[in-house]
Amino acid sequence: MIEINNVSKSFDDVKVLQNVSFNIDEGEVFGIIGHSGAGKSTLLRCLNGLESYDDGSIKVMGKEVKDLNPRDLRELRKDMGMIFQSFNLLSRRDVYGNVALPLEIWGKDKSYIEKKVNELLNLVGLKDKKKSKPKELSGGQKQRVAIARALTLEPKILLCDEATSALDPETTKSILQLLKEINEKFNITIVIVTHQMEVIKEVCERIILLDDGVIKSSGRVADLFLNPDKELKKLLSSDEIVPKTGVNIRILFPGNLSGNSIITSMARELNIDFSIVWGKIENFRQEVLGSLIINAEESDKDKICNYLVKKNICWEVVENDI
Amino acid sequence: MIFNKILLPAINETLYMVFYSALFAIIIGFILAIVLTVTCDSGLKPNKVIYRILDFIINILRSVPFVILMIAIIPLTKFIVGKSIGVKAAIVPLTFAAAPFAARVIESALREVDSGLIEAAKSFGANTMQILFKVMVKEALPSIVKGITLTIVNLIGYSAMAGAIGAGGLGSVAMNYGLYRFQNNIMIYTVILLIIIVQVIETLGNVIYKNLNK
Repeated sequence: MIEINNVSKSFDDVKVLQNVSFNIDEGEVFGIIGHSGAGKSTLLRCLNGLESYDDGSIKVMGKEVKDLNPRDLRELRKDMGMIFQSFNLLSRRDVYGNVALPLEIWGKDKSYIEKKVNELLNLVGLKDKKKSKPKELSGGQKQRVAIARALTLEPKILLCDEATSALDPETTKSILQLLKEINEKFNITIVIVTHQMEVIKEVCERIILLDDGVIKSSGRVADLFLNPDKELKKLLSSDEIVPKTGVNIRILFPGNLSGNSIITSMARELNIDFSIVWGKIENFRQEVLGSLIINAEESDKDKICNYLVKKNICWEVVENDI
Repeated sequence: MIFNKILLPAINETLYMVFYSALFAIIIGFILAIVLTVTCDSGLKPNKVIYRILDFIINILRSVPFVILMIAIIPLTKFIVGKSIGVKAAIVPLTFAAAPFAARVIESALREVDSGLIEAAKSFGANTMQILFKVMVKEALPSIVKGITLTIVNLIGYSAMAGAIGAGGLGSVAMNYGLYRFQNNIMIYTVILLIIIVQVIETLGNVIYKNLNK
């Protein structure tokens, strides 16, 4: 659906993207994550030509974006809806008018516009807010209007630029739910730019991690979270505080092991004491993943490690210097 | 007596001058503002040459004092209206003085439009004209109305000044009766009338602004 090959871009002397390459498949929910300033929004804007790129190639549905003339670019954008962190709704148009705008711009007739807008407002659950102005809506409702607007031209791809960053956790969840629904119902490919872990975990199938314009890691979300590399860990582990003494071991449970009583049986079989110092069970789309950190005496380390290896369980020693 | 014979015709003349010069100034100013907004660095079609030339002309026109401008463009006034004195003739310099001002206030109203909206419009495939008129002008309309109100109030001041040197209207009444014949009462009446006109226009502008912002 989208092929990105060796894309580079710089503003003046600052390189915002360096040799970025990846593919996004049709019907997939793809995440681009990273800290602010990592170049993720710029990358997203390159996909629909809101930003240009200096080198490399971006092919969307077979078309090289930078080679398109203005007319073809607008045709391409018709196939690519976009939603934003700040919603970007017209304050002087009501909800109906905002959703209808893209259709008006493409010269659709009135009855079609009315049918389409009503259908989409139904989908996002705002049919009773038709006559409201954006300022009368909550953040979540505004983003729903923006989603409806982005879908009016029946795009094949939906680009989300930090779409939930300005929303509270509950609202974020409901918006993500809606995005999932759209993805499944219309088979729309969704590209999500975010710095929020819960967004990635909730909806993304595959991600790339961008830092200073370079892809630091990429892959399936469940794999990456089960076996995070250094870069992802930096982003993930900011909330872990583990003891400075002894040895800390992280045990990862993939979905099918989550229910097993591995911790208690280990204590029984090895006859050692350890404490659980950190833990989390998370949902990644359909899969359940658990992660525990136990703290034990240095002298017990080998015993525990051998046991975990024997039981075929993912584990790692947590470095204290994080 | 005084009112019917002197003040009423003067009010008519003032309103006539202000109405037409405001109309022309707003039309010219609006076109200039659109061109400035489109061609500026962050605009939809940046063009340094066009922007700099317009910017320069507008700045020059705005920095020339109105009295000087009025005299300086007498040849042009004569060419357009056929004479250089009178209510009709005053419309030319008034337009020249107000158009650059209107251009600036409308330009700043258009520039205030959130760049995110423009980006959103681009993202669903709007072209430059559609972005300008369906998004920018539409969103900026309340601010544009405010700017137009300001332009008209300025024009009332200018028109009084024009009246002082032969254009007619309330300004010339104030000069001819108040200043030269020491009829202080007439001078005070004209000032009060000017205040009322300004108030009415300000109030009207505010009402429209509030309605548009609803």
